[in-house]
Amino acid sequence: MNERLLLRLEIDELNAGYAAALDERRFDDWPGFFLPEGLYKLQARENFDRGLPLALIALEGQGMMKDRVYGITQTIYHGPYYTRHVVGPAQVLGEGSEGRVRAQAHYAVFRTRPGDASEVYNVGRYIDEIECTPAGLKLASRLCVYDSEMVLNSLIYPI
Amino acid sequence: MNAPESLSRWAGAGSSRVPFWAYTDTQLYQQELQKIFYGPHWSYVGLEVEIPKVGDYRLSQVGERQVIMVRDRVARKLESDPNSADHGIRVVENRCAHRGVRFCQQPHGNVRSFVCPYHQWTYKLDGTLAGLPFKDGVPATDAEGHACVHGGMPADFDTKQHGLTKLRVAVLHGLVFATFSAEAEPLEEYLGPAVLPWLERIFAGRKLTLLGYNRQRIPGNWKLMMENIKDPYHPGLLHTWFVTFGLWRADQKSRMVMDAQGRHAVMISRRNDGGENKAVTQGVTSFKAGMALNDDRLLDVVPEPWWKVPDPSNPGTEIMPSVTMLTLFPSLIIQQQVNSLSTRHIQPRGEGSFDFVWTHFGFADDGEEMTRRRLRQANLFGPAGFVSADDGEVIQFSQDGFRQWGEGGETLCELGGTDTQGTEHMVTETLIRSMYAYWRKVMGV
Repeated sequence: MNERLLLRLEIDELNAGYAAALDERRFDDWPGFFLPEGLYKLQARENFDRGLPLALIALEGQGMMKDRVYGITQTIYHGPYYTRHVVGPAQVLGEGSEGRVRAQAHYAVFRTRPGDASEVYNVGRYIDEIECTPAGLKLASRLCVYDSEMVLNSLIYPI
Repeated sequence: MNAPESLSRWAGAGSSRVPFWAYTDTQLYQQELQKIFYGPHWSYVGLEVEIPKVGDYRLSQVGERQVIMVRDRVARKLESDPNSADHGIRVVENRCAHRGVRFCQQPHGNVRSFVCPYHQWTYKLDGTLAGLPFKDGVPATDAEGHACVHGGMPADFDTKQHGLTKLRVAVLHGLVFATFSAEAEPLEEYLGPAVLPWLERIFAGRKLTLLGYNRQRIPGNWKLMMENIKDPYHPGLLHTWFVTFGLWRADQKSRMVMDAQGRHAVMISRRNDGGENKAVTQGVTSFKAGMALNDDRLLDVVPEPWWKVPDPSNPGTEIMPSVTMLTLFPSLIIQQQVNSLSTRHIQPRGEGSFDFVWTHFGFADDGEEMTRRRLRQANLFGPAGFVSADDGEVIQFSQDGFRQWGEGGETLCELGGTDTQGTEHMVTETLIRSMYAYWRKVMGV
């Protein structure tokens, strides 16, 4: 029981650190939450439920993640906004491949633009495969399945 | 705004200055729905591959009207054209003939018939009213003990007269179009001989596979999206990826094609190697000379044999574009950007907003590698794409600009002159001008 509780707390801590990095705009830190070959996918629930492969963002490995960070900081033109991630407690689902942990957590991301009220931006769940490494827990895969049927115009920063 | 003003207030000649009210006037927008979306134009509703089996349906939209695209059993002959083969695809309005209920609520599924939950009026897949409860009344006994009937529809009630609104449907190489209008010319004539070869290049003779959807809500007038994809001026300026990696910019071999009426268009171009060409990169702040990808699988372009076709405008020669962007008036964009293929469906929501639905697809004979490539390149496009997230953003800022100035303001589209001819380059806004020349005619402004 204790071990299980501890694992959950560790995953919660991973999620808290992940959310803080994004909300504090430390985007260069973001790929470091993953294994070097880790996967990041942000996918509409519609596609996920129907087994359709298309994602809104699908990145394979830290290299592609760094390319995304370059894109969001240097090349994609967009109106400025802040995000605020609210991540629920992690739920350990069981053991995944190669001794990894499968877990999920619900999230809500709010967006605030200059001069505007905050709005609900993207709502869904993280479905993760997590590896225990000497450097702490790392994401082997994070799939964000979002319920929101419409992206509010654009989505720039990772969720 | 105060009392409605006359709509005939387009001040200048031609179509190179578009008044802001063309994007902001609520009454004008209502007329657009009637004259354009519900008038003699064909609107895209979906892909045949989305509804492979009899009874499969999915919701779609024509203008602001929700419609159901459904696969029916194939009829031996069509009432409208006894010689034609029936494709079995029907498009009916999602609105019960009884009390106007939008009865179908699941976005897609498989059904034997459509039943309105309110009073259980039941429709066949083609929209014909199959039956309704208590049509002939309820047998009862009157005060004197005689058999009688309570209620029921009037004796002359004819179920044939009370089906769902059935749209005319045309299926072309797996693309499904529909219209409320009896006057719209046949679809192939509507698209015209200049545009058709570019549609056939992607679709003719091929079976599609559905890769999935992305949806975004953009707070701007629906025409701005059409303009964005008729505008070859901006991609090499707004989009760093295009100018830096040579996917689309002013020094490329390009062509602007339109139909005889100027309403549809194709922007055709061939990728170059990117890098620096001072004529198009000097002073362009979005050009990043030192930019390199950490993972070049994002741009792992592999030319496909079908890219090369006989050049429709130069008989005897061939052409092999890496990009073709089709705008089919009023609501469809078809994208081939290197290996990424999608339809983009504009669904207007009032004068200041529209939903933009991306349907990505591949071909049934794609290998696993090609499917993965198409999916990787999908990172460039869509609401989060490296080169199209910013399109939605600038559309929103355009609408904001129009709204804050109001009457008297106008946009200026005079790159390459004020005429509406096709060109063999992309330093022009001719396709926007040609769409507005047609739009003025239809709207009578």
